[in-house]
Amino acid sequence: MKAKNLDQDRYYRGVPMVAYDLIKEIVLVTLGVGLVVLALSFGLSSPDSPSVTIKGWANADPADFTTTATAELAGTSDTAQYGPPYTDQSGSVQALGPVVPQQWAGDAMHIDTAQEFVLGPLATATAGDQALQVALASFAGATADQQQAWLTAYSDALDKATFDNNTITVAAGDYGPVPVLMQHELTLAQGGSLDGILMAGSGTFFQTNYTAPLLFMGDGGYLESLAEPLHLTGDRWGVMNETGNYPGQTWLWLYSAPYQLPPFNTADNADILVVMTVGLLTLLLALVPFIPILRDIPRWIPLHRLIWRHSASSDGGDA
Amino acid sequence: MESPATYLDIGFISISLPNLLVVLAMIGAFVAALLLPFPRHKTLPPGDGAVAAPPAESASEVNNWTTKVRRMLTGTWPWHQLLPDRQPRFVASWMYIFGVGAIAALIWIIGSGTILVFFGPTWWHVSAAGRLVNSVHFWSVQVFFFCTVVHLWGQYFMAGWRHGRARTWIIGVVIFAMSIVAGFTGYVSQQNFDAQWIALNAKDAVNSIGLGSLVNVLDYGQMFGIHVMLLPIVVLTLVGLHVLLVRRKGVVRPISDESEVAAIAGAEGGK
Repeated sequence: MKAKNLDQDRYYRGVPMVAYDLIKEIVLVTLGVGLVVLALSFGLSSPDSPSVTIKGWANADPADFTTTATAELAGTSDTAQYGPPYTDQSGSVQALGPVVPQQWAGDAMHIDTAQEFVLGPLATATAGDQALQVALASFAGATADQQQAWLTAYSDALDKATFDNNTITVAAGDYGPVPVLMQHELTLAQGGSLDGILMAGSGTFFQTNYTAPLLFMGDGGYLESLAEPLHLTGDRWGVMNETGNYPGQTWLWLYSAPYQLPPFNTADNADILVVMTVGLLTLLLALVPFIPILRDIPRWIPLHRLIWRHSASSDGGDA
Repeated sequence: MESPATYLDIGFISISLPNLLVVLAMIGAFVAALLLPFPRHKTLPPGDGAVAAPPAESASEVNNWTTKVRRMLTGTWPWHQLLPDRQPRFVASWMYIFGVGAIAALIWIIGSGTILVFFGPTWWHVSAAGRLVNSVHFWSVQVFFFCTVVHLWGQYFMAGWRHGRARTWIIGVVIFAMSIVAGFTGYVSQQNFDAQWIALNAKDAVNSIGLGSLVNVLDYGQMFGIHVMLLPIVVLTLVGLHVLLVRRKGVVRPISDESEVAAIAGAEGGK
């Protein structure tokens, strides 16, 4: 018979037994853990850094907001160029050699950034606003090349724009209706309407999907400017860290570490490389019982002698 | 506690002081569990721990699916193994406490999580009581992973997979992995800046492996549902299975007992 098939009666033959109370142990440990948790909760509370709204973003950094909105309208933002599952582009598509799993399902959650982030929301605010109606009609009536020429010129001009009293002022140039559109987009955002419009894009009353507003905010630099001083960016072990002075997800150290090291930290496909590597290491951990060397290390580093220092069969005395 | 953490930069490693303290505490707990004396119990007379045979089947008992399942269950998990009142004398180390510690923390996680779900996802942001319950949830998660990691380290150095316990080890690793996913879905369900930032960054990893059209970390409804329903079921089921396997096989004998176990197996094989 193999040792793995022995029942407990045979397996423990010759092993001294001691009294044990399983239920008492569970109850006492649960109470002990509860005391620790309650002490930490009353003493230290928990982190809760307020969420960022598009309204907050547009008011705190109107230049970043307007630059981002212009890129969304031009189709040059990170989201517009991302690729699956949001668009049919390839800006953020990662491959593992010839294998490109990101493209397998296509742009299943297709997002037209110009329509959903700018033109659609503006179209909801045209009532009684003749200038906006004319600007939208003018933009829609222009050729794609003309639209891009206006947007490129305006985007370049935004580098030196001023935002006095939330009015965008750029150097004179041929921007077509774009300045009117962007001024209205900024006003819509600063008043808080854009937050609601982006969430209501699906046309249903109940909303739980924040994909559109989060991608829009992620395309700007404002969120990152908040995350950077908190050590939350990926190049600073950010996924392990937490807002405030609290421990974060320390258990993600293995996932965070490769992003800090070559070849991962310079690779264009770092995410898929890291996910596959960590997945492989997790598989190795699960299969340790069957892998020579890995399963032998406990014998070579005999910490078990400390754990079982009272286990010798001759050690029959009582404490 | 609301001020930004202090960070230490050592080579390519950048770690916050709170994270470092947690890691050092885990190492300290591991070392303490190795070294601290453990209270010892009086040895029972030999043979007192013999495993009783399952109750004899009644001659009049019908032989159907139910009775077959009952006989299989009672044969595999007799009550004195499911709820034991004795254990091997070598189970005398603090290292054994972290497994049950993780289960205890899980009980507090489920309890506090149930209250949070009942009052809704915005409650804890706007009330002191809600903040306290969220704190209990937050810290019990920290304790859960603390205990789970030290339990994993301990079981590794005990080679806890020996003598037919590989399944127990594998399920333990899967529990750890599923718990990380459960923790992640909780972090992106917080409805605060942390959740926004984590979701935005995590989407790239999920998208890169082709799961983006199925698992949308920016969809709060999906993440919240998975966090409060699906993953608790998965984790609790796996923990239950893990514990049942431990109760069925018992704790593994010391590595120094390999020759004794081999002798028992050899003797049984010759019968």
